[in-house]
Amino acid sequence: MLAYLVRRAFLAVLTMWAVSVLSFVVIQLPPGDYITSYIAHMSASGSFVSMQEAEALREQYGLNRPLYIQYLRWMQMVFRGNFGMSLEYGRPVSEVIGDRLWLTMVVSVAAIIFTWFVALPIGIYSAVRQYSIGDYIATFVGFIGLAVPSFMLALILMYLGFTLFNANIGGLFSDEFAEAAWSLGKLWDLTQHLPLPAIILGLAGTAQLIRIMRANLLDELGKPYVVTARARGLSESRLIVKYPVRVALNPFASTIGYLLPYVVSGSIIVSLVLSLPTVGPLLLKALIAQDMFLAGTIVLLLGIMTVIGTFLSDLLLIWVDPRIRFEGKR
Amino acid sequence: MTEPKDDLRPPAVTPAATEEGEAALPVSVVEERISVATQWQLMWWRFKKHKLAMASSVIVILFYLVVVFADFLAYSDPLASEAQRSLLPPQRIQWLDNGRFDPFVYGLSGRRDPVTFKRVYTPDPEKKLRIRFFAPGFKYHFLGVIPTDRHLVGVADAAAEETLFLLGTDEQGRDLWSRLMYGTRTSLTIGLAGVSLSLFLGVLLGGISGLYGGLIDTVIQRVIEILRSIPTIPLWMGLAAALPNDWNIMQVYFAITIIISLIGWTELARVVRGRFLALREEDFVMAAELAGCGQMRIIFTHLVPSFLSHIIAATTLAIPAMIISETSLSFLGLGLRPPAMSWGVLLQQAQNIQALAISPWLLLPSIPVIIIILAFNFMGDGLRDAADPYGH
Repeated sequence: MLAYLVRRAFLAVLTMWAVSVLSFVVIQLPPGDYITSYIAHMSASGSFVSMQEAEALREQYGLNRPLYIQYLRWMQMVFRGNFGMSLEYGRPVSEVIGDRLWLTMVVSVAAIIFTWFVALPIGIYSAVRQYSIGDYIATFVGFIGLAVPSFMLALILMYLGFTLFNANIGGLFSDEFAEAAWSLGKLWDLTQHLPLPAIILGLAGTAQLIRIMRANLLDELGKPYVVTARARGLSESRLIVKYPVRVALNPFASTIGYLLPYVVSGSIIVSLVLSLPTVGPLLLKALIAQDMFLAGTIVLLLGIMTVIGTFLSDLLLIWVDPRIRFEGKR
Repeated sequence: MTEPKDDLRPPAVTPAATEEGEAALPVSVVEERISVATQWQLMWWRFKKHKLAMASSVIVILFYLVVVFADFLAYSDPLASEAQRSLLPPQRIQWLDNGRFDPFVYGLSGRRDPVTFKRVYTPDPEKKLRIRFFAPGFKYHFLGVIPTDRHLVGVADAAAEETLFLLGTDEQGRDLWSRLMYGTRTSLTIGLAGVSLSLFLGVLLGGISGLYGGLIDTVIQRVIEILRSIPTIPLWMGLAAALPNDWNIMQVYFAITIIISLIGWTELARVVRGRFLALREEDFVMAAELAGCGQMRIIFTHLVPSFLSHIIAATTLAIPAMIISETSLSFLGLGLRPPAMSWGVLLQQAQNIQALAISPWLLLPSIPVIIIILAFNFMGDGLRDAADPYGH
């Protein structure tokens, strides 16, 4: 178990490093550097930056150093919690991002919870009642969930909500709470707005998970231990939940590993359609305005949060799967 | 592994006839036929049984026919914009005129509503515009070489750009049907191009990984795991946003293809590596080695043919992901940019809920996206089942 844990932790750290390099690449890719954009930004608003001033700024930010030094300096800044300044907003990046990062995670985690709670019973049902009408319906809905990209689903639901109920179904808060400080009322408001984006984001993953659960459980149902348990007179529902489901459950924990990056990815684009106050719209705006510190930081933080989430799911897997827990003890 | 050749099969029994006559034939004949059939024949027989996959293949072929004949199927110049006909709703075709088949559409007159400032169009029952097949329209090169101006449909005695709007028009007054045809061409070719590049990377890296094992295998496997655990869309957005603004359509097209395939290769690499690992231990590989075959010969004449079918299936299943990626990026405005046309670019106009509420037909390009993704998925499933003709 320890070996497994160390291996996963090592991989998580490695992935975080890869994410940081990729984010740095995103910051560096556009032509020119931060100061060029800064000068362009200042002259657009009517101020003037002299050559000397620009050079001094470059010196200060270390932009005339080699790239790897710049990367190390940026990392140093990040570790101190300083993500640089946002050009667009003229405020520190951490301030601009604010709650949005947490809301992104809240939406993503809600989507995954939805996925589990729906996929588990439907998957079991589909396997136990194989080829029943319910199984076919689940398969059909599953395929639709797989085929419709989440942003398109969001668009269609927005349109239906608008024409049928004449209501804007987007957003995460009602108007009166949008700018308010956190309170119990705001939290309650959030939970009321959460289901729709969670369903939209979770549907594709749910479809996949139902198929996995169904296939795994079907493999297990034919095994001799199930027959034995049945022969000994165990009631069907207890038998299924107690033995084969536990074995088939294993992939549930291990799929978070790829489900989470997938859902976080999706949340970026769905947030735009549903105008959710997550980092999605902010990232798009930052990229279009070439506000690279803001954009790079968002890519970095999203990546790191995802890696942490995946690592937590690995811990969950240890808890669920005794084969990993007892590995090396024999 | 030497496979029996086609001509060993009893000549009287063709695959088409076997399907229906299966029950009537004595068991021994059926068995004999199966035992001498080539691997590809077995796959084809198995694939044919999967009705949904067969139907999906037909749909995929139809879509790619649209790709080839996009300019013939379009009737209006997709870039001809005109503010006077902005946001026209889809037109109804009247198929019969006085009980005879003679399709026509009514002419439209547009004016601005003084209250809402929205343009309203009213059909003029006096003005019947006859629809003609193989009618002249804007000039293009058929199949890229033959200059012509014939299109599948057109309007008699009038320019199609000004009169025919089967799916309505967008904000700039460009015909949605014609734009959809060209968009299909872009979106579906970018899917294929992206998948080819992914396939190349996947086969190369997956092959190396599975063949050599050891440290190289570990490194490649870790890289794949890392790539799979990073949310891709933010990363793509970052890369796509860095494309210079002055690049032309072709440059952006190729850059986007590269960006989406840089991440899409991991799944294919995994499949290839898995097959390599499984087959490396087979007796026929050992036999080939003992017979003195070189490494390359073993790979290309013995290993690759036996898992080619698996790769084809995995590739088919990877295409929809490519299409969704391109559509998402373009929808965000970071992928292909106008005047390029793709499904994502067309859907960008539907991004705004107000615009959508007034002109819902802007959402129509999402229908082909959903259909083709479903079709590719079913086809890939069928291929995957068929790829292993000895299974089950």
